[in-house]
Amino acid sequence: MTLFSLARGSLANRRASVALTVLTIAISIALLVLVEQMRNQVREGFYRSVSGTDLIVGAPTSSVQLLLFSVFGLGNPTSNVSWARYREIADQPIVAWAIPISLGDAHEGYRVIGTTDAMFEHYRYAGGRELEFRRGSAFADLFDVVVGSRAAERLDYAPGDEIVLAHGGGNVSLHHHDELPFVVSGVLAPTGTPVDQSLYIRLEAHHAIHVGWEQGRPRPDAMLTPEQARARVGAHEHSRADGDDGSENSGDGHDHDHDYDHSPNRVRDDATATPESSLQPDEISAFLLGLKTRAAALGLQYRINQQREEPLLAILPGIALQQLWRITGLAEQILRVVAGLVVLAGLLGMLTALLTTLNERRREMAILRACGARPWQISALLLIEAAFITLAGIVSGLALAYAAQFALAPWLLERFGIAVSFAWPEVWQWLVLGAIALAGVLVALVPAVMVYRRTLADGMQVRQ
Amino acid sequence: MPELLLDIEALAFAWPGDSAPVIDGLNLKVERGQRVFLAGASGSGKSTLLALIGGLVTPTAGRIRFAGDDLGALSRARRDRFRADHLGVIFQQFNLLPWLDPVANVLLGCQFSRLRRNRAGNPGSAARELLAAMGLAEDRWIRRADELSVGQQQRVAAARALIGQPDLVLADEPTSALDADRRDDFIDLLFAQAERAGSAVLFVSHDRELATRFDATVELSEINAAGAVA
Repeated sequence: MTLFSLARGSLANRRASVALTVLTIAISIALLVLVEQMRNQVREGFYRSVSGTDLIVGAPTSSVQLLLFSVFGLGNPTSNVSWARYREIADQPIVAWAIPISLGDAHEGYRVIGTTDAMFEHYRYAGGRELEFRRGSAFADLFDVVVGSRAAERLDYAPGDEIVLAHGGGNVSLHHHDELPFVVSGVLAPTGTPVDQSLYIRLEAHHAIHVGWEQGRPRPDAMLTPEQARARVGAHEHSRADGDDGSENSGDGHDHDHDYDHSPNRVRDDATATPESSLQPDEISAFLLGLKTRAAALGLQYRINQQREEPLLAILPGIALQQLWRITGLAEQILRVVAGLVVLAGLLGMLTALLTTLNERRREMAILRACGARPWQISALLLIEAAFITLAGIVSGLALAYAAQFALAPWLLERFGIAVSFAWPEVWQWLVLGAIALAGVLVALVPAVMVYRRTLADGMQVRQ
Repeated sequence: MPELLLDIEALAFAWPGDSAPVIDGLNLKVERGQRVFLAGASGSGKSTLLALIGGLVTPTAGRIRFAGDDLGALSRARRDRFRADHLGVIFQQFNLLPWLDPVANVLLGCQFSRLRRNRAGNPGSAARELLAAMGLAEDRWIRRADELSVGQQQRVAAARALIGQPDLVLADEPTSALDADRRDDFIDLLFAQAERAGSAVLFVSHDRELATRFDATVELSEINAAGAVA
């Protein structure tokens, strides 16, 4: 006990340099912990978004690219999937639901996704959770838009607000679809997935705002007015209202009692008949599939990928994520090594600090020796100090890491739609931290042994 | 007949690596409670002699008996314990851990010895008593030791050497940093408290003016053959 209080007093006496040493170690520990925490959180966050999806299908590209643009809003599709192929796959009996995705527009930097009501009914995240509306509801009118929670929060949107979409995925867009304003029909509850950062419109609306843009630039004379667009769809809505629900044989498992049930195949039937008069899209960017049994995913994936005619790429999201992590794994390894080296530098910094105090402490040691302290007790003082510094460094490093994590959380949420949550370090991380604490004490063996030998060689003389 | 406390016979010592001994053929006796003045210039081997008596180094030849025990026969750990139990040490200066207050510094004297803690009874109050007896004003007790004057620091050092009533106080030029008045005050206080504790005092100094106040005076150069040769 007395040795501890002596060590504490000695540390308190040099509190400025001790604080700096602790800070050095704390920063290195924080880096180490942060790299691991972020890695886990990011992986979990990504997995959260695709955990309810069995297959993602798009035009042939790399699995990772398809995964990133279809779910995470990173990058853009290079080519599209024809509507006919989409229906063909979506209508297969093992398919429980299909969510089409049309990309290409943005609003205030948030992605605008053309889709159907299937999105709000069938999309699952974080182990089976459904999308919920915080306010308002799904699409009613053709030009309705459903806004993700984060986007709604940032842009201060509520149901009833009118907005104008921009062409292209960027924050800054020269072309606005201001001829066709949209009305917010609903705001989604937070999910901690990229859904929060997205705006959803109907596929037909997505198509409508691009009529007249076929050459990649606006042709005002070819564009639709909202009334024209509504009239086109309205005809279909009307015809559907007349028709019996039972006659509709939607393969995507739609709930047919739903008010806004707007199964695309219904539109397609008319669209193929009179393409000019319909807003049925010819192509979509990709689609998500949910299967009746998850086990069927591999078989369906194989069949889709084997198709030679109009080839498509189907991916299992979990596998594609694994591929993504393999790509990022090297960077993670490098970060780990760097973090490890920084920890080493921190410990060496402590060694330097301890060694530089040895001369000025020689007098203290002689006093303690004269009072009857044994050489090992004097060496132990150094070890106790080193243990204290390392432990203080680890504790403040952990605090720093979690503070940084909380500071980074909004950015991650904004940029990738990933919600990071508090998680204690895993067992192996605690073991690593324990090993670092041990290493700190081992490093201090150097000055401790030096002191031991010196106290044996010195007499009682206080050397100056 | 007074009991013999320290009995040094034919002591010789050479620091490792040095061929010439610092101390050779030295005989010295100190009785219990006796105050012995050991006169010697610097470099005459007095620090080495104190290190030998303190059991920090072992003699090359000869024998040191302390209260009947042969120091040379003790293990290193036992010698450390012997020093903690039986000796109080006062250096010329820089006696104190600067970051402790005077009371804590005095307590260091019995920190490493259960025997002296037991003798002190309540170490905390014993330390305060000694500080008061050494004339250190109470408002200084809670200061850092390095805020005290040199004279005050030496009194704290004396209190530390005396806490727990050691058999022998080794004082290595404790007054050389003090002016004449303070020097005399210091010796008065040291003697008074040493007498109370029943401790013998082996006082090493080059300042022979002080010799008259001691029970016995020994010239180091006369008892140390190595010094005579040099």
